Amino acid sequence: MNALVEVSHVSKVYERGKEKIEVLHHLDLQIPQGDFVALMGPSGSGKTTLLNLIGGLDSPTDGSISVGGERIDRLSESALARWRAAHVGFVFQFYNLLPVLSAWRNVELPLLLTRLSGAQRRRNAEIALELVGLRDRSSHKPGELSGGQQQRVAIARAIVSDPTLLVCDEPTGDLDRQAAAEVLSLLQRLNRDHGKTVIMVTHDPKAAEFASHTLHLDKGTLVEHVETPPA
Amino acid sequence: MKYLHLILSALFRRKTRTIFTLLSVLAAFLLFGLLDSVRSAFASAGHDIAGVDRLVTVSKISFTLSLPKSLLERIGSTPGVAAVSYANWFGGIYQDPKNFFANEAVAANFLDLYPEWQLSAAEREAFRNTRTGAVVGERLAEKYHWKLGDKIPLQATIFPQKGGSNTWTLDLVGIFHESDPKQRDQEDVLFFNWDYFDEARAFGTGNVGWYVSRVTDRTQAGRVAAAIDALSLNSDHETKTQTEQAFQASFVSQFGDIGMIVGSIMGAVFFTLILLTGNTMAQAVRERIPELAVLKTIGFSNRAVLLLVLTESVLLIVLGGAVGLVLAGIAVSALTAQLGGSLPLLPVGVAIWLRGLAFMVMIGLAVGSLPARRGMRLRIVDALAGR
Repeated sequence: MNALVEVSHVSKVYERGKEKIEVLHHLDLQIPQGDFVALMGPSGSGKTTLLNLIGGLDSPTDGSISVGGERIDRLSESALARWRAAHVGFVFQFYNLLPVLSAWRNVELPLLLTRLSGAQRRRNAEIALELVGLRDRSSHKPGELSGGQQQRVAIARAIVSDPTLLVCDEPTGDLDRQAAAEVLSLLQRLNRDHGKTVIMVTHDPKAAEFASHTLHLDKGTLVEHVETPPA
Repeated sequence: MKYLHLILSALFRRKTRTIFTLLSVLAAFLLFGLLDSVRSAFASAGHDIAGVDRLVTVSKISFTLSLPKSLLERIGSTPGVAAVSYANWFGGIYQDPKNFFANEAVAANFLDLYPEWQLSAAEREAFRNTRTGAVVGERLAEKYHWKLGDKIPLQATIFPQKGGSNTWTLDLVGIFHESDPKQRDQEDVLFFNWDYFDEARAFGTGNVGWYVSRVTDRTQAGRVAAAIDALSLNSDHETKTQTEQAFQASFVSQFGDIGMIVGSIMGAVFFTLILLTGNTMAQAVRERIPELAVLKTIGFSNRAVLLLVLTESVLLIVLGGAVGLVLAGIAVSALTAQLGGSLPLLPVGVAIWLRGLAFMVMIGLAVGSLPARRGMRLRIVDALAGR
């Protein structure tokens, strides 16, 4: 299978005042297209930093990152924004929905950057909400939805522009066990049935079982690669 | 337009705060509308007067000083002068001091120099032949429900009669109509017979307030004015002759620099508005930093975020300002109807709206620039992490 994500000798150093903190250390990684990868590791191991770099939210201090054959570490800020809009869907731990907008308006947000008409945007948003089982909640605002429902709206927003890659940062970290299972099943379905490549940061081994591979990071390097046995 | 719901929902995220901010913007632009109406009225004074071929001659020292009536014949014989007349400010009060309107004692031929004031031949003749005769504009007659034959008592504030009485009782013999509908404020005036005034007044007999001349060739007005002023050069009553437009403009300038006064007040108001709404916008954007980070995460560019916040800021000011200007328009109409010509006000028209909109956009941009810059420059990973 072709690698969708190629991370080569990537380092990331943050400066906190006079102190320099190396979060990632010469990291190499390849993620095939259509894979579902869980990133695990202790706090401060660099999981979220790696996710942010792959998602084009941050740039590496050293090394290169290619996604779908494009060197995203070389893109300007505006080009990177366009690239994110076209290729990546993001799911966060705390959903990060806009509280003043209804569910379908939240899902519509990435489509505002396209040339689609208002009617087409609405139709695509409704389809995405249908896919996550929330079409009947489309006019509800986030405050009127449960945590699990909000996360499913966030997933609908992530997939509405049909990206190749979904990056999920602790998507079940704020959910109870049942809601977490629903969200993870949904991500698994998006991976298996719709061919989305999913990279998910999690602390929860149960959540990682939904992925096909689990990568363990510690102190900025990959320490273990575990393949999940088929269910 | 596709971002409008996003901008409006952000704007009304905290309704109470937004409504109070809108009210403060509304109040500022209501004040702007009213003051700019006054300023425009003063600035345009005299510009629309029909008689560009009329010259006004007053004392060079002050237009409140009188001139000798002996100048009449000499001005009339100045080359280029077709006709000359004269008048004097009376300043009488009708019933109550708040019933202000201009009232002047004028020579019998005074109205002949103002063809735009339409008066029937019979009424014109009655004015000539009635010693206590008075003529008023149609709008003034309507306001006080006067009709021909009515007696109008004016209380003198400057000129008592020789017997000591302050009451001048006039007979209404004519009602004139201004031919230009835009100049109907010219109808807020009362003229009465010079002869009655000059004979009965306790002091000042033989002096006139100002002369009005009609020139034969308007292109020669400057030369004729100089010739008239040359008549009394080096005398104790030197004159200043100018076109009627220039005279009106210099008359209103006696009130002071209205433009500067209005500008100073509005400067202070708008400065306060910028501080107030600037603080509100900064707070509103600070609260939404994680949301702006989400927008950038899903692909909104730095420029798009900058424009969203700036548009929100401009929209806030335009919404409040537009309502303020609409209310100012209503208030100006109501004040004009209530007070007549005693308070100079121009309708809140296109020019005031355009100036107002320009101020709204400028204030909106000034208010939104810092928060918008902050939104534009935020680092996604820091904002999402709450740093």
